[in-house]
Amino acid sequence: MSSRALSLAGRGAILAFGVAAPFLFPNYTFQIAFLWIMILFALTWDILGGQMGYNSLGNIFFFGAGMYISAAVQIGLYYDVAQYTAAFGAVKVDFTPQQYFTGLFAGIAAAAVGSAVLAVLFGWMVFGLRGPYFAIGTLGVALAAGELVGGWDYLGGGGGISMPVFPGGPGERSLLFYFLCFIAAVATFGFLSWVYSGRFLTTINAIRDDEEKAEAMGIHTTRHKIVAWSIAAFFLGISGAVFGNMVGFIEPLEVAFPTVTFGIFMVVMSLLGGKGTLWGPVLGATLFHIVKEVSWTYLLGWQWVALGALIIVNVVFFQQGILGWARERWPARFGIVVDARLTANRGARREAAS
Amino acid sequence: MWDNIALLGMAPIFILQLLLNGLLIGAIFALVAYGLALVWGVTNVKNLAQGDFVMMGGYIAVVFYHLGIHPILALPVAIVLMFIFGWIVYRLIIVRVIDRDLFTSLLATFGLALVIQQLLNLVFGPDVQTAESGFDILRFSDGQLTIAQIKLISLGLAAILAGLIVGFMRFSRMGQAIRATAQNPRAAKIMGIDTDRVYAFTFALNAAICGAAGVLISMIWVIQPFFGMAYSIRAFVIVTAAGLGNLPGVIIAGLGLGAAEQFSGFIIGAEFQQATVVGLLLAVLVYRQLQMRRQRQVVT
Repeated sequence: MSSRALSLAGRGAILAFGVAAPFLFPNYTFQIAFLWIMILFALTWDILGGQMGYNSLGNIFFFGAGMYISAAVQIGLYYDVAQYTAAFGAVKVDFTPQQYFTGLFAGIAAAAVGSAVLAVLFGWMVFGLRGPYFAIGTLGVALAAGELVGGWDYLGGGGGISMPVFPGGPGERSLLFYFLCFIAAVATFGFLSWVYSGRFLTTINAIRDDEEKAEAMGIHTTRHKIVAWSIAAFFLGISGAVFGNMVGFIEPLEVAFPTVTFGIFMVVMSLLGGKGTLWGPVLGATLFHIVKEVSWTYLLGWQWVALGALIIVNVVFFQQGILGWARERWPARFGIVVDARLTANRGARREAAS
Repeated sequence: MWDNIALLGMAPIFILQLLLNGLLIGAIFALVAYGLALVWGVTNVKNLAQGDFVMMGGYIAVVFYHLGIHPILALPVAIVLMFIFGWIVYRLIIVRVIDRDLFTSLLATFGLALVIQQLLNLVFGPDVQTAESGFDILRFSDGQLTIAQIKLISLGLAAILAGLIVGFMRFSRMGQAIRATAQNPRAAKIMGIDTDRVYAFTFALNAAICGAAGVLISMIWVIQPFFGMAYSIRAFVIVTAAGLGNLPGVIIAGLGLGAAEQFSGFIIGAEFQQATVVGLLLAVLVYRQLQMRRQRQVVT
């Protein structure tokens, strides 16, 4: 079987698993839905962190922004948002099925577009920063957003918002949100594999490798950086909107802007799988999520210590990640072909030198 | 918000009170920031675990307090223990990231911060704690203006520590070696300086400074395992605003940040105090960026 056929078969198998999973493992629907969200996190982080060399610690900002934008749209279409949030879900507010679904899909669309717009605005602010300042600046954006929303009474403040109640049974509800998560992750992967096959990838890789030279070559670096960040924000916004509705209750610090947990998980997952590759984040997210779900309950309070230790070990000893390691080990399988004449010359030179 | 500003206008003594509180706490921020700038300048490692080192020092004082010993006596103990801890952390982790790219050190110290805060949480629990020093509160002008004596004492201690560090850096052989390594590590190596030892010493010294600051903070404020990140961010704000190797700048920025936090806490509410610090960080970064753009350079 050729490698192309193999890769197609692999994709087909994953898609088949994704469609069949909620019916095969109905008790784990939420966990598998969450796996798709994690894959989306890792993929979108890798656009900047892996392919463009801009390590953001605050990408979770767009997740939370999408969540709140969608909540505001879903409620705001039919009710006064301030009154709704002031009631803290104590007043039973009814949404007819039609209202609910119109609101849901309008909310998801608004979250995607709104997050992308926010990415353009913040991109102007942070993309002059390089290296550690960029990482700290984006971390600052995400931390500030959590604090500010927590003090904003219009959006429920620290008390959070109860999302509109799904008009249907719990089984239908979990299936709907499972498939929304699945479609979001698959759409992200599909879009990225299309984008990565073109000129855009070469351009942002050039920014990663040497930004000054890329600029000297006539690449409009700022524009490319902002477009790359907007793509990440677009899909993160969708995931935030879907996730907010899936859990049913949103709150600024733990659910919407969990900067020091999920904001860092996305970095760790990409690094674990191998940053700068398309499949690395998928692999890393899957492994990380499985290990986390299986081991979390057995660690009895030590899970966060273990997580910190994992980050340190991952970063210090194994930064190239699984796919990066495999690429070094078997370069030919990744399409890295070294011209035989070049290696022959290098060998000769080395002999001459010694 | 406007009511609070009007209140400040009616009672100027409040302004003085907030300013004094801010400056007294800001001196300790400056101490922490100086440690960060030291490590940053010498080893080029951006230590995101800075605030968690501070919390560790604070918990040493809390332990002393619970044992019935006056927490101020924890100061030398915290300095020694944190120095040893810093050395161990350097040998285990920092030495492996020191010549790697910048993000590696940032993420590795972030992992370290996570480990420290969670361990503190497991040992001491998530409640806020304080080490009561038992000193009096000074009252001026009919009790409208109050200053806790301990704040003045810790200001004095912070000043003495800062003086000792500056003297050490200027006159001792190790201090000279640190400054030489900061200027040009390669040349320093050629001149026979063991740069690896210098890096280890610098990192350990920074941990000791943080430990001392933590003892002072636990006596005048409250500490909690997860407060560390806020101190790290404050230190970054101060160092970014002042620049590396600029001690007067660090002191002024530290005092200014302390005062700004107190005023914003009073005017727009205590729940926005954290947001103010982060907002100031972003403002400083944007300002630096605009400043650099004029020279067609980037903030690296």
